[in-house]
Amino acid sequence: MALLQISEPGMSPAPHARRLAVGIDLGTTNSLVATVRSGVPVVLPDHLGRPLLPSVVYFSKEKEAEVGYAAQARQTDDPQNTIVSVKRFMGRGVKDVAHLESAPYSFVDAPGMLQLRTAAGVKSPVEVSAEILKVLRRRAEESLGGELAGAVITVPAYFDEAQRQATKDAGRIAGLNVLRLLNEPTAAAIAYGLENASEGTYAVYDLGGGTFDLSILRLSKGVFEVVATSGDSMLGGDDFDQRLFCWVVENAKLPPLQPRDMRLLQMKAREAKEYLSFHSQTNISAKLSTGDFVDVRIDAETFCSITHTLVQKTLGPMRRALRDAGLTVEEIKGVVMVGGATRMPQVQRAVGEFFRRDPLNNLDPDKVVALGAAMQADVLAGNKPQGEDWLLLDVIPLSLGLETMGGLGERILPRNTTIPAARAQEFTTFKDGQTGMSFHVVQGERELVSDCRSLARFELKGIPPMAAGAARVRVTFQVDADGILIVTAKELSTGAEAAVTVKPSYGLADADVERMLRDSFEHAREDMHARALAEHRVEGQRLVEATRAALQVDSPLLSSQEIQAIERTMANLEKLLPGTDHRAIKQASDALNRATEEFAARRMDQGVKRALAGRKISSL
Amino acid sequence: MQNHFDLFGLPPKYSLDKAALERAYRQIQSQVHPDRFAHAGDAERRASLQSTTRVNEAYEVLKSPVQRARHLLELQGVDVAFETNTAMPQDFLVQQMELREALEEAKDSAALDSLRGNLRKEKRRLEEEIGRAIDERRDYPAAAGLVRKLQFLERLDEEIDAAYEAIE
Repeated sequence: MALLQISEPGMSPAPHARRLAVGIDLGTTNSLVATVRSGVPVVLPDHLGRPLLPSVVYFSKEKEAEVGYAAQARQTDDPQNTIVSVKRFMGRGVKDVAHLESAPYSFVDAPGMLQLRTAAGVKSPVEVSAEILKVLRRRAEESLGGELAGAVITVPAYFDEAQRQATKDAGRIAGLNVLRLLNEPTAAAIAYGLENASEGTYAVYDLGGGTFDLSILRLSKGVFEVVATSGDSMLGGDDFDQRLFCWVVENAKLPPLQPRDMRLLQMKAREAKEYLSFHSQTNISAKLSTGDFVDVRIDAETFCSITHTLVQKTLGPMRRALRDAGLTVEEIKGVVMVGGATRMPQVQRAVGEFFRRDPLNNLDPDKVVALGAAMQADVLAGNKPQGEDWLLLDVIPLSLGLETMGGLGERILPRNTTIPAARAQEFTTFKDGQTGMSFHVVQGERELVSDCRSLARFELKGIPPMAAGAARVRVTFQVDADGILIVTAKELSTGAEAAVTVKPSYGLADADVERMLRDSFEHAREDMHARALAEHRVEGQRLVEATRAALQVDSPLLSSQEIQAIERTMANLEKLLPGTDHRAIKQASDALNRATEEFAARRMDQGVKRALAGRKISSL
Repeated sequence: MQNHFDLFGLPPKYSLDKAALERAYRQIQSQVHPDRFAHAGDAERRASLQSTTRVNEAYEVLKSPVQRARHLLELQGVDVAFETNTAMPQDFLVQQMELREALEEAKDSAALDSLRGNLRKEKRRLEEEIGRAIDERRDYPAAAGLVRKLQFLERLDEEIDAAYEAIE
């Protein structure tokens, strides 16, 4: 039995009680893991001291998947089994992906999300991403010397529901406790803002390998508030490579290419792009598998002109974000540049001209997102005492709505609504005796549903037969702090309630995720039972500690019977924790959660009251 | 019916101390936000999600001139009835038609800028009128009529946004 811990409310946990938490930047081109060590965020390198992990996964028949530099080395000799930029496929169907024809993969068009046929079997982009996350998790655990209590994974702010859910699932499959999905520009703002003690309104221009985000944030002491966000989840540094690649094919008058030649030239194009950020010209030369030589020269000016439209494409979202925020360019105090693609001088220039000021880039654009994520993970794990932490207020990037008559979309939660958020709308039946109602949940800004992204379709059944227009069906959209949506529908006018909860899952049902968990190499080797036991024990222990801490501070909110009831349930859980019955532990944890529901609600109310009391005193 | 002003400890008035609202909002969020409970149990995480959602909703209502007025009138038992009461004064409707025509003809951002500038001025004027009707005269039915007008202008403002996007 654990010893009773006595600590004053608000006191920081003892050093040994620090929870190991990391921030992970799961990037299109590279991924990183970072943590906070003695108050300072640091990127954790691999055993050769390299901070970046190329987001490349190589699948073969015999061996475990290879990830990173080793996989990168395979990409020209086995392009079909070497998956690069998998982030572009997260939560996407075959028809959503641009330049699909020039990707050397064998795609499987599955409902919801596409899949890839590899030597190790058909893989979902979620599983491929999980391979990358597993390597980062192992790296962190070796470096920190223990199991991770939790991780924050970053996503582009402009990621939609499908892409967010896919990322969260990948984290779960990799065995991570995902504390939060954090928007990349927001993560950068945390790292940047705290580093520079900035105050005021800032824009974050984040052009990564495959995505573009523009966020506008208000920074003030202890608060990061996202005012507006916009972007393009299909625009990034990869597109600059692609333009250059097409230019080479055209200029060298090449015939249709083999997959390995295609990959070779794409790599050469990327190297040339990076070189041209610092030099005025370069040569692209390669020996193709046909024996032909390619050798073309390109100068920075030409590169600039063939990629001009791509840079221009980022201006629209910038204008829109400003409009949504109700701000003018003059009101922006600074522009933070994030993402490797912002190293290109033409990008720096365009942003500088738009905001009429030099962009800020004093933090490494490759690392700043991971550093910010690590800082947020440290806060979420409860390692920072209140007063030293900060508050993060983020928004949904795209409007969420329902399809109504005639294929039009009805907006329920508009874009840039601060999360967590909920909104309800009532609908009624249009036929006498109608007992079912179907709903189509969509995301996007366009008026026609066919131009928006379809998230889920569901049906509410069991409405008692009534006259048309008499039923009252309330549909509630709830978006949590990760930006993930849950939709519920409920018939209100009768006692007999029918309710349905929809978690849009985009072709990956919970059962699929479970299967992937089992299939995952690491878990297959381990005893599933031992894993479940360990997880439920940690969870149960955490719950006991949290409950005890809450009781210590707020027991006056409860009657003595209520306290006794909670203590009984807690004692039961503690008694079971050292045992080996993981189901019993889970049940006892669930029971304690139920027993403390009312207590938790009262604690929140008290928090509100305390905040207001504090305000009154401070405004005297 | 929940009173959003109570939640923030503010007097139920149309003219709003924005800085006080913002301060109260942030102070409450710093107590109940899910980030505070990321490592807590399910019960606390759920309670935090519910509280924060409610606080965000109330904040949004009070920040918006149309929704704040509607909420105040509802507290007084007056329904603004955006959906059912669409009867508007003739001169207002004529003015709206003219504005919409002007919007259709606006082909560049300069034209949209000027349209928006005028619209914003008109909105501010209406908001002041609503403030007087609610806070001073307590003439709620008159206020409801003004709020319906403001709602019209709000929609037009959104259409201007769409027009900007169309020309970009």
